[in-house]
Amino acid sequence: MIIGSIHDGLVIDHIPAGKAMEIYDYLDLDQLDCQVAIIKNAESEKRGRKDILKINEIIDLDYDLLGYIDPHITVNVIRDGQRVKKFHPALPEKLVGVLKCKNPRCISSIEQELPQIFQLTDRDKGIYRCIYCDTKAEDKN
Amino acid sequence: MKKDLIQIQDLSTAEIDHLIDVANDIIARPQAYQERCLHKKLATLFYEPSTRTRLSFESAMWDLGGTVIGFSEASSSSAAKGESVADTARTVECFADIIAMRHPKEGAPFVASQAVNIPVINAGDGGHHHPTQTLTDLLTISRERGRLDNLVIGCCGDLKFGRTVHSLISAMSRYQNVRFVLISPPELRIPEPIRVEVLEKQGIPYQEVTSIEEAIADLDILYMTRVQRERFFNEADYIRLKDYYILTPDKLKVAKPDLSILHPLPRVNEISTEVDKDPRAAYFRQVKNGKFIRMALIMKLLEV
Repeated sequence: MIIGSIHDGLVIDHIPAGKAMEIYDYLDLDQLDCQVAIIKNAESEKRGRKDILKINEIIDLDYDLLGYIDPHITVNVIRDGQRVKKFHPALPEKLVGVLKCKNPRCISSIEQELPQIFQLTDRDKGIYRCIYCDTKAEDKN
Repeated sequence: MKKDLIQIQDLSTAEIDHLIDVANDIIARPQAYQERCLHKKLATLFYEPSTRTRLSFESAMWDLGGTVIGFSEASSSSAAKGESVADTARTVECFADIIAMRHPKEGAPFVASQAVNIPVINAGDGGHHHPTQTLTDLLTISRERGRLDNLVIGCCGDLKFGRTVHSLISAMSRYQNVRFVLISPPELRIPEPIRVEVLEKQGIPYQEVTSIEEAIADLDILYMTRVQRERFFNEADYIRLKDYYILTPDKLKVAKPDLSILHPLPRVNEISTEVDKDPRAAYFRQVKNGKFIRMALIMKLLEV
């Protein structure tokens, strides 16, 4: 399968297989007017299979979310057909509106307008906890 | 910047020690404090029933020369009409200088503290935190034992939902050479965040056992708790576990002569009333201490 190369834009590579649509939805990529390619189950030397997102425009992204989904995801910034930057988004300190607290005793379970906020409490283990009730976020897999 | 007390970790060890010193001074010289909160108002926003905590806060404010407004159940507040915790707190901020809030949902006082510019004290949020009970416990241990370090502390009963135990362990972990014996049925073990992130992370020695008898002889402090009906979704589980532990004079025969028995109260069956006559029973002295430490806390947060 051939997907055209990008002149100015972003390539989000090494997305865990099956996660591209999740990222597409979280980042509201459907709101963009430019071309967006979703490549699922591409071959990967390191992982066997991976997903890739190609966005034909340089836009501001919520890198926090990418870091949370998998800190091994690679973001490539392309200008004039050349890669000018490549990085792995770090695990964010806070996740806002990404996860929902599952604790039925949490205040956020009855007050729907409260933002769902999770704080990183253990960077080594990637553990997030609800800022209201300290409940641990469920494993994202 | 205003300061709140949402969990005991909001206070440094030096601040806790200072509050204990002030409380001891209030006990020694109550008249010196009787006008410290003149023209100040405390709002007690209690969304679930409480005897000790609410009356203790209110007595504390009256004894400091201040006044008190508030409600003692959600049905008599605008919460019954669906008002959010944040909006209620913003409304109360128009009338009061400081808020003490109890709420059945975890994190509610934190939400209130984020919404207002006056100090908010968490007076208990579900099974989560109860920092003024912890301060009460620390003052009691300090007065009963003359120290907060070099102690073996047994926590017995509902260690899963018992918020007072969680806060007590977090607070006592700061002091040197403290060891915990955690006595509970397997279903009510201490939760993983406390076990892993407080005890194991800090290298605090602890052991988990299921009977009082196998632990009591070693203890300097025995902290009993009630199995709380309101924390169970399943009535059958509550019935099965509620009388798991009952402390009796017989069980105390092998305990140290200077053991101190604490309980956040209310008690149901877990301490036989015959134990009340034992000089080691400190739980009613503990209630009295609660007022004095809350007086010290209110003064600190109001900066008076």
